[in-house]
Amino acid sequence: MGKEKPKIAFYWCASCGGCDESFLDLAEDILDLVEKIDIVFWPVALDYKRKDLEALPDQSILMTMINGSLRTSEQEEMALLLRRKSKILIAYGTCAHLGGIPSLANQFEREKILEYLYKSAPSVVNKENVLPKIQYDEKGHKVTLPEFRNVVRSLDQVVDVDYYLPGCSPPPKLLKKAFSLLLSQELPSKGSVLAPDIALCYECPRIESKPKDLSIAEFKRLHHTQPAPEKCFLAQGIACIGPATRGGCEARCIQGNMPCTGCFGPTSRVRDQGAKILSALASSVKAKSEEDIDRALSGIPDPVGSFYRYGLAKSLLRVKRIESNNSVESKNNGVEK
Amino acid sequence: MNSKKWEPRIVAFFCNWCTYRAADLAGISRMKYAPNVRIIRVMCTGRIDPQFILNAFSKGADGVLIGGCHPGDCHYVEGNYKALRRFRLLSRMLKDMGIEEGRLRLEWISASEGEKVQWAVNNMLEKVRGMGPLDLPDHFKEWDKEMEMVKPELSEKVVRNG
Amino acid sequence: MDDLKEEIRIGVYVCHCGTNIAGIIDVKEVSRTAAGLPGVVISRDYKYMCSYPGQAIIQEDIKEYKLTRLIVAACSPLMHEETFRNAAAKGGLNPFSFQMVNIREHGAWVNDDKEAVTMKANDLIRAAVYRIVCHKPFQRTRVDIQPSVLVVGGGIAGIQAALTIANAGKKVFLVEREPTIGGHMAKFDKTFPTLDCAACILTPKMTSVKAHPNITLWAYSEVRKVEGFVGNYKVQVGRKPRYIHEDLCVGCLKCIDSCVYEKPQFPKEFDLGLSKRKPVYIPFPQAVPQIPVIDPETCNKIKFGKCKQLCMEACNERKAIDFDQKEKIEEIEVGAIIIATGFKIFDPKRLPCYGYGIYQNIYTSIEVERLLNASGPTGGKVVLQNGKKPETVGIIHCVGSRDVLNTNSWCSRVCCLYSLKLAHLLKEHTEAKIYNFYIDIRAPGKNMEEFYNRVSKEGIHFIRGRAASVTLDDSDENMSGVVIQAEDTLIGKTLKVPVDMVVLSVGMEPQPDAKEVGRMFSIPCAENSFFLEQHPKLAPVSTMTEGIFLAGCCQGPKDIPDTVAQAGAAASEALSLIDNGYKELEPYTAYIEEDECAGCKTCIPLCPYSAISLHEEKKKAIIQETLCRGCGVCVSACPSGSIKQKLFEDREIFCEINGVLERQ
Ligand SMILES: Cc1cc2nc3c(=O)[nH]c(=O)nc-3n(C[C@H](O)[C@H](O)[C@H](O)COP(=O)(O)OP(=O)(O)OC[C@H]3O[C@@H](n4cnc5c(N)ncnc54)[C@H](O)[C@@H]3O)c2cc1C
Ligand code: SF4
Ligand code: SF4
Ligand code: FES
Repeated sequence: MGKEKPKIAFYWCASCGGCDESFLDLAEDILDLVEKIDIVFWPVALDYKRKDLEALPDQSILMTMINGSLRTSEQEEMALLLRRKSKILIAYGTCAHLGGIPSLANQFEREKILEYLYKSAPSVVNKENVLPKIQYDEKGHKVTLPEFRNVVRSLDQVVDVDYYLPGCSPPPKLLKKAFSLLLSQELPSKGSVLAPDIALCYECPRIESKPKDLSIAEFKRLHHTQPAPEKCFLAQGIACIGPATRGGCEARCIQGNMPCTGCFGPTSRVRDQGAKILSALASSVKAKSEEDIDRALSGIPDPVGSFYRYGLAKSLLRVKRIESNNSVESKNNGVEK
Repeated sequence: MNSKKWEPRIVAFFCNWCTYRAADLAGISRMKYAPNVRIIRVMCTGRIDPQFILNAFSKGADGVLIGGCHPGDCHYVEGNYKALRRFRLLSRMLKDMGIEEGRLRLEWISASEGEKVQWAVNNMLEKVRGMGPLDLPDHFKEWDKEMEMVKPELSEKVVRNG
Repeated sequence: MDDLKEEIRIGVYVCHCGTNIAGIIDVKEVSRTAAGLPGVVISRDYKYMCSYPGQAIIQEDIKEYKLTRLIVAACSPLMHEETFRNAAAKGGLNPFSFQMVNIREHGAWVNDDKEAVTMKANDLIRAAVYRIVCHKPFQRTRVDIQPSVLVVGGGIAGIQAALTIANAGKKVFLVEREPTIGGHMAKFDKTFPTLDCAACILTPKMTSVKAHPNITLWAYSEVRKVEGFVGNYKVQVGRKPRYIHEDLCVGCLKCIDSCVYEKPQFPKEFDLGLSKRKPVYIPFPQAVPQIPVIDPETCNKIKFGKCKQLCMEACNERKAIDFDQKEKIEEIEVGAIIIATGFKIFDPKRLPCYGYGIYQNIYTSIEVERLLNASGPTGGKVVLQNGKKPETVGIIHCVGSRDVLNTNSWCSRVCCLYSLKLAHLLKEHTEAKIYNFYIDIRAPGKNMEEFYNRVSKEGIHFIRGRAASVTLDDSDENMSGVVIQAEDTLIGKTLKVPVDMVVLSVGMEPQPDAKEVGRMFSIPCAENSFFLEQHPKLAPVSTMTEGIFLAGCCQGPKDIPDTVAQAGAAASEALSLIDNGYKELEPYTAYIEEDECAGCKTCIPLCPYSAISLHEEKKKAIIQETLCRGCGVCVSACPSGSIKQKLFEDREIFCEINGVLERQ
């Protein structure tokens, strides 16, 4: 074939690896895909180095998919570099899209996190209390480590993003669709989320069992109940984020008898997914007095964790406000130098 | 802003039928209260989307005041109960996000209670003043400063959509 | 979000309001600041914007500067929003491309600090400028209104409302479930506080109803189905079979005389079982309509298929009797509906301590009303079971009222007064010694306290204390007397009062089917399940459903004067609605984008007016605009942001928030 195949790159930042693995969910379709494209960078699977990437001309990659949220200076650098080299940059998966589970760490101070991970966690033995340093000398060699940022970010909080493929991890159907869409000439409008812009209930197999006069007496915690296999979770008093979550996952969790936890993020009409599901769930409570309301809602003991499980970084508040955070400046790059 | 003395900023959402009218009454009766509040009219407290409240905080409000009809008096029967339910859960969530109790406040103020508007605004202002600035926009800026440290040759393309 | 391709050209007008605003706020500065905001093409300040010249400036500017948006910073929108909307419309703009900024009531009048208030005005105007960019033009929706009214319930409330509307020249359908209209009032002997005879004041009204050319009376009928919305209700009324054709019957009542049952044998409902009737009967002599009913439960022909059918014979060539009659459904369209379904009396069997249904000579108040009535079961004689006149009577107040723990929390409002009435009438009829056991005497209202004073001077005994029990009097040889035990709270002593007869002053309760009726008409019941008015003070006869009004005791306990007054109010509300011919809906209604709705049903139960339903095929929610009043509760609850509210769209409010908070 005379024509050059489009160049594609994949990269991962702070992620669990599930997104990279999800490419394999394409199963035999992956062979088809590999036929059509030329993978120029994919650290998890192929032995390319940063310098290989740097050597590519700017804008020479058609499309890069980055998964994972961003917390270190290295991740930022890689994101910037890939942005520079690519025509289209895609935030792949919830972490890149909204911050994902890692951004729940935005509820904790960076020092506390390091302290816990390197000193006080029960599984840690660190008698000398060594903390990671950005630079140190190891037998005359200068070794550097990336900086650990104050907060976790979504990809678009660091670089300009063209499209988003949501999900933890994105389902193969959507991935396939995205590939064929983006490899074609008809690009969707910039900033699009490549999933249906309608909430999950629409495709949920349990929607019929959701009553038209839902009035929730009290929320029950999942581990205190035996959810019925076919009934809408909300009808059982179990918080389900489905109504405030974009569909397109084919209700995978629900099919596994687990309520939706919101990984696809909000629809395009909603700025803050957590606030919206909070509004919907609280409104549906039956109680009228403060005490009764609080009791009914006590089954949601951790609203931040329940409503922003995947999207704290992109929420309106972004980060838990901690008094000492007031002076971020003073301790910026506070990792021991 | 930083050069001037800090003055708390309060965004208030008042329902059209009771509290907005009470605020009008306060005006008609020439009751003076602190100029730090900006009142936004909604038809009912039930229209107040928690997103509005979070947006107000994230855009620089130091406090958010919700004012609606007393329970049982809502012009639309039960809008204020829905507001109350959201308020209870949202308050808990805000606390978990490090935003002090009292920065979000709910008051039932009937159309005849001009004085209560005066009291609520002044009282809230005093409390919020005691808490100091919330000032999320500056925090966002501060946090994002750390990204300016990345290699300059790369950062020329930095675009942030915070 | 849809692109706004139209050009945004905003005009901002800052009003001085004489010195009201300009005395505190630097209006020139405010106007200058506004001029620098994005989209603003002209910004002015003027002495009185609401004045004729002020409005003229706006209208000229709209033309000259091709304005597409208008902002006036002046007094409260509750004061002049309509004024400027009209001005905008006159200038050729859509009235909703306008936003008002309140810098008087919320600005100049509440703050002294000139600099701070000027800044406040700047912030509020900036918010309006940001917001108004999102405004979309639209028209108020108008709906036509059918010029007729349905009245449900033919007690005094329904009768009064029907007559008022009919007298105004509008068509009324009056639907009553019993064979006759009249309700509770028709059962009374006299009425407090004036003690005029109930029949004398009620029956003329009942006959007028029947005779009125504008009233269609359907007694022995019930509403089966209600559809539609304000101005256009489609109603199905089921006319239960009387087995006598109303249009053929002349009311001669010969069928009753000739019935194979020579003597009345079955408990008569109208007399609460204190007298007997035949299978074919008329509830009471002045019943309206004057047409008998055949009770299918007791008629030999209908129940067993076998009878000589002497009634048929008596009816003769009129052929009004028809044993095959079936329920007939009438369909009507009305513009407004008045619910006047009244109340039910409390069933004292729920309080066995008072011995009702256990001992002899224990009556409810309404039974005593019948006993006292000259056309009642005893022809107006009050006698004990043994045929003697009672020598002592105890009247127990508040049975089934003001008893949070066991029965109902509310005061039924009429029991104290009718107890006084009954005390007076019983004394008059029997000369018995009368004891009233009361918690408090509640006699509010015109001439009521005077009535109490009058009765208390008649030698009636008052014992302050809730009666604890009624038990058999062992000392009475005939074992027919009973003893009322009560604590007299004034002297702090427990009393045991032997009496021959007990009257239980039972309270008022909602009709047993109030919940179902409420559901049919989409009007909620309050906590205790009397129907809920739209506003307890300012809209006491309106309901949450537009075009449906309340009259009488279905809304809560009240006496006849209040019932009649309320019926008049409901009638005039209905009239003012239908007389206009059309109605403009609130502009702030909510709407759903069909493509966006996931059918999650969150919004449906939240709407106080049941305006939202699920489209069963599309599986998406739809809002019936005519029912929506624009509270916005569904909009803020919609978890996928698919419901919008006109003039209060999310992005409009977001912009407003951003606007007030942007730093100068
Ligand atoms: C014992 C007693 C004595 C009283 N004495 C006095 C007095 O002396 N003076 C005074 O001012 N007040 C008195 N009252 C109060 C008085 O009875 C009420 O104020 C009055 O009857 C209220 O009228 P109404 O039309 O609202 O209700 P009702 O009289 O109850 O009439 C309601 C009508 O609606 C009909 N109805 C109900 N449901 C339906 C339906 N679903 N479809 C069609 N029709 C339906 C009923 O059959 C009935 O005819 C007394 C009350 C009691 C209990
Ligand atoms: S609320 Fe959850 S379980 Fe119920 S229908 Fe929606 S997605 Fe399905
Ligand atoms: S805005 Fe209020 S009245 Fe209108 S449909 Fe929504 S909930 Fe019902
Ligand atoms: S109208 Fe005031 S709170 Fe609903």
